[in-house]
This record gives sequence, C-alpha cells and structure tokens, in this order.
Amino acid sequence: MGTIGQHLLNGMMQGTIYGLVAMGFTIFFGVMNVIKFSHGDVLTVGAFAALVAVWATSALGMPVYVQFIAAFIAAMILTAVVGAGISHFLIMPLRNAPPLNMLLMTMMVGTLLREAIRLFFPNGTNPQRFPELLPAGGFSLGRSFFRFDALILIVAGVASIGVVYWIINRTKFGLAMRAVAEDVETARTMGINFARVIPLTFALGSLTAGFAGTIYGLYYSEINYGMGLLLAVIGFTAAIVGGLGNIWGAIIGGYLFAGLQTLVVAAMPSMSDYKNVFAFVLIIVLITWRPTGLLAERGSERV
Amino acid sequence: MSALPSHKPARVWPLIVAVAFAAASLTTLVLIENQKLLGLTLAGIAALCFAAARFGGVAATEAAASENPWLLRGLVLIAAMAVLFVLRDDNFGLLMVATVLIYATVCIGLTIQMGYTGLTNFAAAAFVGTGGYTAAMLGQKGGLPDIVVLISGGLIAVFIGSLLILPVLRTRGHYAALTTLAFGVMFTVFLDANELLGGPQGLKIPGINLFGWDFSDDLHIAGYTFSFYVNYVILTGAVTALTMVLTGLLDRSWIGVWLDVVRLDETAASVFGLKVGRWKVLAFTLGNFLAGLMGAIYAKMTGFIAPSNFTFGDSLVMVSIVILGGIGNRWGVLPAALIVVLLPEKLQFIQEYRLLLYALVVIVILVVQPDGLVARRVRTLRMEARS
Repeated sequence: MGTIGQHLLNGMMQGTIYGLVAMGFTIFFGVMNVIKFSHGDVLTVGAFAALVAVWATSALGMPVYVQFIAAFIAAMILTAVVGAGISHFLIMPLRNAPPLNMLLMTMMVGTLLREAIRLFFPNGTNPQRFPELLPAGGFSLGRSFFRFDALILIVAGVASIGVVYWIINRTKFGLAMRAVAEDVETARTMGINFARVIPLTFALGSLTAGFAGTIYGLYYSEINYGMGLLLAVIGFTAAIVGGLGNIWGAIIGGYLFAGLQTLVVAAMPSMSDYKNVFAFVLIIVLITWRPTGLLAERGSERV
Repeated sequence: MSALPSHKPARVWPLIVAVAFAAASLTTLVLIENQKLLGLTLAGIAALCFAAARFGGVAATEAAASENPWLLRGLVLIAAMAVLFVLRDDNFGLLMVATVLIYATVCIGLTIQMGYTGLTNFAAAAFVGTGGYTAAMLGQKGGLPDIVVLISGGLIAVFIGSLLILPVLRTRGHYAALTTLAFGVMFTVFLDANELLGGPQGLKIPGINLFGWDFSDDLHIAGYTFSFYVNYVILTGAVTALTMVLTGLLDRSWIGVWLDVVRLDETAASVFGLKVGRWKVLAFTLGNFLAGLMGAIYAKMTGFIAPSNFTFGDSLVMVSIVILGGIGNRWGVLPAALIVVLLPEKLQFIQEYRLLLYALVVIVILVVQPDGLVARRVRTLRMEARS
C-alpha cells in the first residue's frame, strides 16, 4: 500500500501541469475561438528560458532562491512575449479563415518553435539536465515518502491556477476579456480596446505555459525540445474533455487525464509504457459519449 | 448535340508541350547533383510555369486535357517510359521517384478527406505506418501472396480508421480534430513500447513478388539493363495513375458534388436529404485505404520500417503537401510532393532544417494565400447547347 501516496503525489503533480496547459487552451478558445496548438511548444520555450536564466544567475554566483525566482520570471516574460507575438502577427490576420487553416497554422508555429530549439539551442537535440533548486529531502507518512520539492511545486501550481482564475473573474482586465469572449462587436461598442485585450489575453495564457514549463523542469530535472508536443496534445485533450471555453472544465480535464494515467501505472505496472495510449483511448471513448465535453459548451450554433 | 456556337476544339500541342516539359523537369531534377545548378534549374522551371500561367498556356493545356482525356493518358504513359529509360540505372533517383509517387498517392487520399469532404486528418503518417507494419507482420508469417499482403495493408488501415470513425462522426470541428491528432501522436508511442512489433529498432521486410514477378531482380529489355527499382516505380506509378483517374471520376460525379456540399455546409446538406455521415465515412475510408496500401508498398520497397518513419511530424508534412498543392487540387499534389520529397534529399544542407522550412513555408502560404499555392477551381457547369 506504500506506493499509493507516491502515485497520488505524482498524479497531482502531472494533473497540475496538464491543468495549467489546458487552461491556456481554453482561454484562447474562449476569447478567439481558436485552438492555439503551439501552446505546448511555447511551454518548451519557457522551460528553456528558465534553464538559461538558472545558468546565468548561477554563473554570477547568485543564491539558489534568486536562481529559482529568475527561472520563473524569465520563463514567464519570454512566453508572454512569444504568445502575444503569435497572436498579433499570425492569429489576428487569420481570424476569419476556416478553423482548419488556423489549427494547421498554429501546429506549424509549434513545429517552428520546436525545430528552432532543436537546431539553434546549444546541443539542443539531446535532453538538457535541469538543475535541482529545491530542497532534496522529504518526509515519510506511513510507508509513503513525500518529496518536499513535489509538494512545493504542487502548491505553486495550484496557487497560479487560482491567480489566473482571480484575474479572469475579479479584475477589470478579466471583465474585458470575458466581454470580448461573449461578443466582440458589443464589447467594442462598450469601449473595450479589442486590439489590446487580445494580445494581453494571449500573453496571460502563454505565461501560464511558461510557469508550467518551469515546474516541469524543476520536477523532472530534465527537459527536451520535443516535450511540448505531447503536453499540447494532452492539454488540448483535457480542455476538450472539460468542454472548450470552460476554465473549470479544463482544470478538471487535466486532473482527470493525470488520474487515468496514474491509474494505469498503478494497476498495471508492466503496461506503464502504454499509459498515454490507454488514457487517450479512454478520452476518445469519453468524447464519443459526450461530443462537446463533460461540462457542455454554452450557446448554440447559428445557421 | 454540339458545343456552344463559339466553342472551338482546343489545340492539342500545348498539352504535348506541357507533358514533355513536366517529364524533362522531373528527369533533370532527379539527375542534377550540383546544388547551384539545381537552384538555377528550379528557378528556371518556376519562371517557365509562371510565364505559362501568365500567357494562357496553362488554360490552353487544361482545355486540351479536358477534351482529350485519352490523349493525356497516352502522353503521360509515353513520358513515363521515357523518364524510366533515361533513369534506368540510377538506383537513388528511381527510389526517389517511387517515394514521390507514394507520397503523392497518400496525399491524393488526404485531398479526398480534407479537400473534398472537409474531414480533418492529422494522422496520415500513422495510417501509412499501419499499412507498413501490416505488410511486415504478414511478410514474417509468410505464405500469403504479396498482392494479398499489399491489399491487407490498405484494409487494416481502413479497419483502424473505422475505430475512429464513430468519434469523428459524433464530434465536430476541433473536437473531431482531436481524435486523429491523438491517434497520430499515440501511434509512435505505441510502436516504441511494443516489443512484438520490433520496438524502436523496427522491422525488416522482404521485397515484393507479384505473380512470379520478382521485384528485386534487374530487368533486361532489348539489350538494356534496368535497375530493380524500376519495378517499384512502375507499380507505384500505376497505382498513382489509377488513383488520379478514379479520383477525377469521383470528383466529376454526383458524389463529388455531394462531398463538396458536406464540406461547405453540413446543415444545408442534411436539409437537402444528404446522409452526411455516409459520405464522411466514404471519404475517410478511401483516404485511409490509399494510405495503408502505399504504406505497405513503401515498407516492401525500403525493406525496413521503424516508428520514426511515421511520426506526427510526417503527418504534418503530408498535410503541407496538400496545402502546398492547393487544398482540393489533386493535380497540384504531384509537383508539391516532388518538391517536398526531392529538395531535402538533393540539398544536403537543408536536410537538417527540413521541418523548420516546411513549417515556415506553410505559415507564409496560410497567411498570404489561404487557398494554397494553386487554388482549386470552383466547379463550372458547361452548358451543352442542344439543337
């Protein structure tokens, strides 16, 4: 029974990362009706930015907590800029194009980011070791062992989900965002600066990816150029399962996916290589049963 | 029954010139080794195509082709024989031509799915891989004639596709895209983990033997020796040609019109009594069959397959070919496949940057020219005056 705690902690950690990624997908979809598939690769960009920040600060001899903070700040700033740039130069010009074109375009943007990291980051083809910045110890409870770093990262991740939720529901900017999501034309007649809200929304969504990327690096101690693709598919899946455009749905979807993976690993340790395959099969069955997600998308189709 | 009064029979020579030009360009591109010369040739071909489009050459060719379909087919056959004769002992060149034809056929299947019917499929490489692994597994068992093995490649791809068809039909838009996307990404994850299918190391496969015609023997015809790859070029060329003809017939039939309606407006289609689901299933099945069949041929030709041949990136490359050729334009797929497959092989320095460049090119095309390089024509109804 000792491993149950381990599985629980691991699942919580993964669920938090997936939830953060899915939240980005659902924010973009809610505001612009687009799937920004490059989101996972923006996360990778964030993780590499964090790595560079840690290298730079440790070369300057800064204390560990400065390195830790620098990692998060560098990741979030760079991903916010990349996200806003993608929305301004690529998504806005194509917003009246067919959804397929948009999806394909963002897939290609993701490929571009992925390949750019692989080709231009020093030794980018190989996985990069991410330095361990958090205290290594842990404590035992019963027969399970809890790592401190995992607990700290889960708390940080859940807190960031809370902050984003607060921004969307309690601030003026969040109100503007929700207004644009509801109806662009009406929002504009009410004096909302559409051209400013959109890039800011994408910056907000993307910086959660940068945050998630840094958490990923700190937890797994290793990052690679291709990690964003699988995270994007999982995040997209989680957002779909929860119902696109629904923040709570995305978070629930993220934890559900992590739960399914963990269940496969815990129940059938010999099949753990197939954990993603099983999780996806179950998810595909789920969306066949509920074609618009668990928490249904609001609104009807205009014909 | 005669054509409109102003309608004169189209002249035939532009068609002859166009086919000869295409054959000559193909041969030159395959043969050139020097990279600067290749760049110049490409620029020259592009300039000639542009000039032909500018001065009505393309329209004249199209008119001639649509009036004389059998002349077109005959000319293509003659041109193909000429190309094969020139390239007869160039193993690498012939392998590339066969690969281009395989990609082109898979992308015609994708054109039926995405271009005609509007179904998204981000797992083309996974369906190709399904066919390839089917051929490998059946080949290891042995005993089955190769024609059965190749067809089973297509059928198993259809079967795997049919497992996805229910979610594809039940869901719409982005929800439907997820299904093939997840399958495309999961395919390699599954293969990497599966020891029975060779894991990351992949599988070896023997060559094709169709009705006693052994594909690994060189051909000797009239004193000339042809490399054994000619066999594969003939087979893939025949399949591509047949696919082109059948897809053309499909597009010109009522089914083609119905597929268009399903793509353009599902609600309107069902209002007019079209069984939307039926036509989606048809298009999905046809495309997956082509992918699986070509995957089986590809596996047999290269003699070796591994999960890394069928990644999500490869699926995106295939979608890029469809976009590059003009979404829904089946003729555009041929030059697009040629460029996408040939260039990285020829220009060694871009081999490494291949995916990066495709991504850039597709982004630019989608922003600047959303219908693809050579847009599909809107259907025209030729009124035949009855007297």
